[in-house]
Amino acid sequence: MDVLYFAWVRERVGRPKDNLQTGAETVRDLVNELREKEERYAAAFADLDALRVAVDQELADFDAPLKNAREVAFFPPMTGG
Amino acid sequence: MDIRVQESPFDLGAEANAFAVKQTGMGALVTFTGIVRDLKGGDLDTMEIEHYPGMTEKAIEKIANEALSRWSLGDVLIIHRYGKLHHDEVIMMVATAARHRADAFQGAEFLMDFLKSRAPFWKKEVTADSTDWVAAKDEDEDALSRW
Repeated sequence: MDVLYFAWVRERVGRPKDNLQTGAETVRDLVNELREKEERYAAAFADLDALRVAVDQELADFDAPLKNAREVAFFPPMTGG
Repeated sequence: MDIRVQESPFDLGAEANAFAVKQTGMGALVTFTGIVRDLKGGDLDTMEIEHYPGMTEKAIEKIANEALSRWSLGDVLIIHRYGKLHHDEVIMMVATAARHRADAFQGAEFLMDFLKSRAPFWKKEVTADSTDWVAAKDEDEDALSRW
């Protein structure tokens, strides 16, 4: 599964993308796995209220299932326009 | 529907005009333009706009389709830039065409409200001695609830 990071999430994690083998059933499970990985991930994912998530390029919530998901992205609230 | 996500600048007048001349039977055309605003101290060096290639286009298309289904719009144009911009540069534009102005105005406002907080762009303000990600405003999120 590709896991993408944008804006300050990318800066805190220190890379734009990971390719992971994961058994995570939901986004929240994946977040918990990432937090365990390294301190910089724990820092990036410290406050879920400050984060948004997309599963296969559609906005989702943290309880969304990851079955068959190919791409998950984490980022701060969007500031377009 | 014409949606473009691009790094390069565009000619606002030429785009508005090209959009206008390709319409038939439309009595109203509204355009909105977003411009990079300098910081209060006047020291903005660049605004860096990051986006999520692939999702950005899909998210904007979804927003545009929603506008087309809610109002009687003949056509929609959305251009949004990314990359490094300077103050007073044009970031983005939307244009709507409709038979009557109420649809054109409301459609354009709806598009802007959703592009602000549902299209995956992130802005960073860079000055000589700081770099700050622009925080999303609560009022922008609240603006969605009126639709």
